[in-house]
Amino acid sequence: MTTTNTTAPTATTSTLDLAGVSRWYGNVVAVNNVSMSLGPGVTGLLGPNGAGKTTLLHMMAGFLAPSRGRVTLDGRPTWRNPEVYRRLGLVSEREAVHSFLTAYEFVLATAKLHRLPDPQAAARRAIDLVEMADAQDRRIGTYSKGMRQRTRVAAALVHDPQVLLLDEPFNGMDPRQRLHMMELLHALGDEGRTILFSSHILEEVEQVSGTVQVMVAGRLAASGDFRTIRRLMTNRPHVFAIRSTDDRALAVALMAEASVTGVELGRDGLTVQAGDYGAFTRVLPKIALARGVRVRHLIPEDESLESVFSYLVEA
Amino acid sequence: MSTVTWITARGLFGRRRFLLLLPLPLLLVGLAVLARGLAVAPADWGPPVLVGLGLAVVLPVVALIVGTGVLGAEIDDGTVVHVLTTPLPRWQIVLPKLAVAAGVTAVTVAVPLFAAGLLADSARLGLSLAVAASAGALAYSALFVAASLLTRRPVLLGLVYVLIWEGLLSNVIGGTRVLSIQHYVIALADRLAPTDLLGTTVTAPVAAVMTTLIIVGATLLAIDRLRSFSVAGETS
Repeated sequence: MTTTNTTAPTATTSTLDLAGVSRWYGNVVAVNNVSMSLGPGVTGLLGPNGAGKTTLLHMMAGFLAPSRGRVTLDGRPTWRNPEVYRRLGLVSEREAVHSFLTAYEFVLATAKLHRLPDPQAAARRAIDLVEMADAQDRRIGTYSKGMRQRTRVAAALVHDPQVLLLDEPFNGMDPRQRLHMMELLHALGDEGRTILFSSHILEEVEQVSGTVQVMVAGRLAASGDFRTIRRLMTNRPHVFAIRSTDDRALAVALMAEASVTGVELGRDGLTVQAGDYGAFTRVLPKIALARGVRVRHLIPEDESLESVFSYLVEA
Repeated sequence: MSTVTWITARGLFGRRRFLLLLPLPLLLVGLAVLARGLAVAPADWGPPVLVGLGLAVVLPVVALIVGTGVLGAEIDDGTVVHVLTTPLPRWQIVLPKLAVAAGVTAVTVAVPLFAAGLLADSARLGLSLAVAASAGALAYSALFVAASLLTRRPVLLGLVYVLIWEGLLSNVIGGTRVLSIQHYVIALADRLAPTDLLGTTVTAPVAAVMTTLIIVGATLLAIDRLRSFSVAGETS
């Protein structure tokens, strides 16, 4: 495992505040009345595709005007205010890099655009941070997706920002690169920086951040400690579709089970709600065997991430 | 050279569309050399080659390719975000890009126009065409850089202006010439080297004032639009 050594701990911290932020496109509401305050540490912005995460990140980064509400960094608006980029770095989801430049040229150019006092040293430090020193003199066009992503992260970090926003930063990375990126985000957060990264993968967020903001359908569905939210997700009712040789007999038997919270008998079989996923899947074969019923189909109906998130909205 | 200028120039010359710049100037010089070689009277080939091809086609088309390439192409592929996530005042992004666009267009167009003017009449005509075309390059570039921030299809908008407004309407409806960069360039060239080959329709002072207004107005518009740049390519 590699150790990530970033820079000296930062003297000051920054806070990103969203107050009643909405964004709509015509009749479509992409982000609906979101308020949150992001302080030092790593925060995961979790939600299914289309939940509004990218729109929210773009508003935070000053690349989209809120239709309503305010987005401020240390009290100053991010929209139409290039000064915020002295304290803010962005790694967007879109994999857009100047492919005709080498990684070193690209990061150095970014350092110069920030008017850093020693752009060469800053570029080298940022490239070392993402472990791209060996390939820094190759054109970016020849890189793998993961290498391009790391180059973009280096460019976003070159001016040592207090706030770093990353949109799906683990996309296209192999496991080793992913681990390194996670360590890097941890280290940056531990230094007192405000790090926000978006993801639609629960496990990524679980490994990187203790605090999450969950977006569903443009709304902030849950906010706070990841373990609490994860528990809420795990304990939600699970829905199964079952077909058997005797649906009615199976329904009667299942109703007596503590792990079952509801049974619906329909033409196409049973729809069973189970409060405890593990207990239900263990007990079902035993019941079926005891009643002489043969289970033909057993399909968990709500295992998609979208349904998990939807449950959070209703909870 | 500023970093924005350097990145813009590298991006422009690194794209294949840059090769599109070469055929038209070569055609202009080729036709002038051919006409001169065949001893055709300048009064016969001068107007269609110098104005019909040089000022009405080569100048605006090259300016369109370059002007939409310096910013519009970066907006298209998303790389513009890297320059925008810096604290640079937006005028420090627009002006270098405009300078690159106008400089490349001026060099690409002024040299063949100078050669064609020289072959048609004199070095003075060639020089006047080169100077007027450079002013036109700046005006067209400012217009097309601004168009890159006003619409997601700046090339289409530019083509409509060049082909429909300047190419068609300004030849049919006299009043539209007052809003035609092509006619300003003709007027300025004619003022610098009076000749019958160009056929000016706008007075030189009007041309000078309008060219300046377009350059300043379009540049200020581009700076303001870049301040409100949204990642989806919209500006609001």
